[in-house]
Amino acid sequence: MIEITHLSKKFEQFTAVDDLSFKVAEGEVLGFLGPNGAGKSTTMKIITGFLAPTSGSVTVDGHNLATDALAAKALMGYLPEGAPSYGDMTTLDFLRFVGEVRGYRGDELVKRVGRVLSEVELTKVAMQKIETLSKGFKRRVGLAQAIMHDPKVLILDEPTDGLDPNQKQHVRELIKNLARDKIVIISTHILEEVSAVCTRAVIITQGRLVADGTPAELEASSKYHQAVSLRLAQPTDVSVHLDSLADVAGIEIDAEDVLNMRILARPGKSIYGQVATLAQEQNWPVAEMTVARGQLEDVFKQVTAGGVRRG
Amino acid sequence: MGNLSVIFKRELASYFATPLAYIFIVIFLITNGIFTFELGGFYLRGQADLLPFFSFHPWLYLFMVPAIAMTLWADERKTGTIELLLTLPVRLKDAVLGKFLAAWALMGIALALTFPIWITVNYLGDPDNGVIFAAYLGSWFMAGGFLAIGSCMSAATKNSVIAFILTVSLCFVFVIMGSPILLEAFPAWVPQVVVDAFAAMGFLTHYDSIAKGVLDLRDMLFFAVFIGAWLVASAIVIEIKKAN
Repeated sequence: MIEITHLSKKFEQFTAVDDLSFKVAEGEVLGFLGPNGAGKSTTMKIITGFLAPTSGSVTVDGHNLATDALAAKALMGYLPEGAPSYGDMTTLDFLRFVGEVRGYRGDELVKRVGRVLSEVELTKVAMQKIETLSKGFKRRVGLAQAIMHDPKVLILDEPTDGLDPNQKQHVRELIKNLARDKIVIISTHILEEVSAVCTRAVIITQGRLVADGTPAELEASSKYHQAVSLRLAQPTDVSVHLDSLADVAGIEIDAEDVLNMRILARPGKSIYGQVATLAQEQNWPVAEMTVARGQLEDVFKQVTAGGVRRG
Repeated sequence: MGNLSVIFKRELASYFATPLAYIFIVIFLITNGIFTFELGGFYLRGQADLLPFFSFHPWLYLFMVPAIAMTLWADERKTGTIELLLTLPVRLKDAVLGKFLAAWALMGIALALTFPIWITVNYLGDPDNGVIFAAYLGSWFMAGGFLAIGSCMSAATKNSVIAFILTVSLCFVFVIMGSPILLEAFPAWVPQVVVDAFAAMGFLTHYDSIAKGVLDLRDMLFFAVFIGAWLVASAIVIEIKKAN
């Protein structure tokens, strides 16, 4: 269990993290979302003990980062942004080094390093200097050092950034496999990734928490959730009739094509049936009518734009 | 204790993983040779000691040690590995000390490889080897002093060239602090205590007597305390600066 309580981090001029509180339990894969500069990386740096917060606290399995940092750090695996590693070392030497720092010696060290090399498919480049590796391999080296000690808590700052689609897929599968009975926190701005691997997502903007829920819940909070996309065959005034429906929140007509429109539902309401009945009664020239699921992207835009105004 | 040696090993190996250590050692040996035989008049003096060899060391270290020290922390910050290192279960003091000791060990190796000069002087005459040993030790401790300053300067910036310039400047100040020219420049109203304290901080004050074979524990203690203080300062600077 990770508990983040009233966490704030102020740099000289600005507040990177502003009174952030949340908990993450075992088995959760938490997607940590937010626009660039929202405080995602700063929060992760505080959780992993690299930076000290200005106020508030972080505990990992009961170990407070401020007073018991080494025990907390021993439980965590961390892939910092950009996957930094010592370029002049070979993959093998680097992983051995991290293993030794984690306290492994002798056979145990050989076993751990060997296992992680094959798990992340690095065996081929084990003897190569890290600085000569491609971006994808470097990212995997970073991932390998983070998971070598089978950590209870895995913190990954943009683990798939800069990878090609195949590598992304591979890393996501790796994360999914690792995730059982662990805590995983992934920061990303790729929203499809959240739907693909995360069981929960939080969105922060300007250091504040603005949304927290399962990806499905967040999608449901989109104003486009349960909206009806309507395409007419010829121009007809439909808005008068639609306004009479209590569950319709509004109509958005496509600025470029007046035949295209989206009918928004009030939160938690389903309007497809009502709109369909109305269309039949009024004999609308309907060319196409579908119901939309909320997109995380819309929610993301909604909540992060709101945060900017508040700040 | 465990992680101190792990970090020490990694750092020392990384010097030898690139041409850095070899170039450093070769240049160190060549300049030492030039200084000792050409400028120091090793043969002309007709004395069986290594005074000309050791008396150039402060000036040699002035440029060679900052070159080694400049990357200690600046590179870690530039490449972001500092974040990796300090989120591993490592104590900051182990990291600071491990890195310092590795660089200091490299200095020690370079210094030890000057042994042919010691063989030469033993072949040609009958020197006091105790004096020579003491001078080697003093020289190594002085190098440690330079290195500790460099560690702190390197922690203060991401740019290793800036770290180099800062270290050279600061080391120069500490080298000349005890020199007579500087001490005589003090106006008369400055209390003698202040002048003495100033002189006591100078590297030459302590090194000259060691180089001549007077191994005073207080001189060694000076360097040890000096190193310790700058390493503590390094750790503080790292804590402050690591965020940006």
